[in-house]
Amino acid sequence: MELYPEKRSALIPICHIAQAEHGWLTPEVIEGIAELLGLTPAEVRGTASFYEMLRTEPTGRYLVSICTNIACMLDGAYELLEHAEERLGIAVGETSSDGMFTLEESECLAGCDMAPCVQVNYRYVGKLDSAGFDSLVGELAAGERDADIPPHGVLIRTPRRAPRAVAGAPSGGGRSAGGEQAASSGAAGQVS
Amino acid sequence: MALTGAAPIVSARRDLEGSRTLEAYLASGGYEGLRKALGMSPEEVAAEVDAASLLGRGGAGFPAGRKWSMLAKSPVRYLVVNGDESEPATFKDHLLVESDPHQIVEGTLIAAYAVQATQAFIYLRGEFALGLELLQQAVDEAYEHGAAGRDIFGSGFSIDVVVHPGAGAYICGEETALLESLEGKRGFPRIKPPYFPAAIGLYGKPTIVNNVETVSNLPWIVIHGGKAFASLGEGSSTGTRLFALSGHVRRPGVYELEMAKTTFRDLIYAPVLGDGIRHGHELKAFVPGGVSAPWFGPEQLDMPLSQDEVGKAGSMLGSGSVVVMDDHDCVVRAAWRITHFFWRESCGQCTPCREGSGWLEKLMRRIEEGQGRDEDLDLLMDICDNIAPGLTWPPQQTTICVLGPSIPSSIASAIRMFRDEFLVHVKEGGCPYA
Repeated sequence: MELYPEKRSALIPICHIAQAEHGWLTPEVIEGIAELLGLTPAEVRGTASFYEMLRTEPTGRYLVSICTNIACMLDGAYELLEHAEERLGIAVGETSSDGMFTLEESECLAGCDMAPCVQVNYRYVGKLDSAGFDSLVGELAAGERDADIPPHGVLIRTPRRAPRAVAGAPSGGGRSAGGEQAASSGAAGQVS
Repeated sequence: MALTGAAPIVSARRDLEGSRTLEAYLASGGYEGLRKALGMSPEEVAAEVDAASLLGRGGAGFPAGRKWSMLAKSPVRYLVVNGDESEPATFKDHLLVESDPHQIVEGTLIAAYAVQATQAFIYLRGEFALGLELLQQAVDEAYEHGAAGRDIFGSGFSIDVVVHPGAGAYICGEETALLESLEGKRGFPRIKPPYFPAAIGLYGKPTIVNNVETVSNLPWIVIHGGKAFASLGEGSSTGTRLFALSGHVRRPGVYELEMAKTTFRDLIYAPVLGDGIRHGHELKAFVPGGVSAPWFGPEQLDMPLSQDEVGKAGSMLGSGSVVVMDDHDCVVRAAWRITHFFWRESCGQCTPCREGSGWLEKLMRRIEEGQGRDEDLDLLMDICDNIAPGLTWPPQQTTICVLGPSIPSSIASAIRMFRDEFLVHVKEGGCPYA
């Protein structure tokens, strides 16, 4: 919240952080975020429900996103999606009963040079054919991709830190290590 | 037309080892543009960008210098860098953020100085998980290097740069929707007037929104001068530009080319670029600038990659993404999928877009699946005309933002170019390519 002139701006980043911890935005989590930001739970849910990545239903450890938009469709994305449904035993939008996989048909992921483009937890796993998809699923299930693919919800492993310039940190002072700094932009007189 | 030897500007470091690190960036001239800019007045920096005639690289192609000059005076001003790249088939910003994040940071800082912003935000689409990490690391390194934060390089200029993750919504690439999203709300575009960001932007304050590729050009422009940039390209299309090529070419990828000096034919067929159509097939049609753009066919192949020329021909260079369809691809299915995308991504505020996209999507699907009727073609065109009256390009606006009027592009193009193919679907009760 210290990063923004108005704390509501932190809503989406906080939802991401909450998903890192809980995997999805449970009703309790939504209430907690609302309290933190001085909003109603309906306002938080109303915003979160607009965004594909903010999940208001239980989501598997691995969210498999297969793009079927134009470039990927031309390169067999629907065939791959169908294969994924068979391999994982779930339909698009569903989560496997062991909670390991959620399958999603996604819009363009900006990876059209690796069509059909697949992401797992928003990490690119490249252009895949059916056999490639099967081995990926095997590796994920065996935990062999844990280093490059953290569990669903963990989006940014580099912590974002509080700013220091406009917030009026002492000149020549070191970087503020965490969130102890007052809400930024004091000069702006806009601290909420 | 032959390929020119113009050296790449924004993608110069794409093959440089360790290009993401501060060390490699500094060793290849990184942050020299910022140093030079800070030794100039903000007005002088802006004048160079104006002289460069740098067109915005996000899709609308508005001159960056002119955009800056429209920023209202105010003690609080924001710079927002748009990295929400989600126009289908566009993947150039993906390359920039993963191969050269420091260049984005340096460009952001130069822009922030030139417009005298009080805080800068880089909004990156949430699906770029690795990109978000790399960009955050670059920002952190820039702070440690003294290139961001308080009293940058001892110049007295201070600014904070915040990396902000999106959460999956195409519409947030539209600048006013992006600002709403950055304020923690649903990504609903704002109506213009009065909500031109340069007057009433983030938190109601004057705001400049520039694309990631646009700001990535700034270090080069400051070092080499606006004139040098403007000497590349032709007419209003100056400098170089990233083109994202996908579809049925042998070598899909992002290519940086001198503007207006290369043709679509070069891009698609040159051995060092697209290398032609796969499997010996023939080109049928191509999307010249993102799926919002009306399509072109083989007869437009010799058109230069110039914003003016493509505009005159009734389409747009848009986000610089070209999708190639060959003679084994069904254009009905292709246009249906693009329409399906718009239907899914319509924010729902305006009736023509929200309802129109759904009607078009259902009609297109029924034709593709073999339940089409003879009158469906006229019905499709009628709905298209309701969303974008006259089906001109640029389209007439019936909605708050340009998403709505972009919906008819693919359908109207497909019907205009391949009417017979639609009729075969209807007559034979199915897709001949299925």
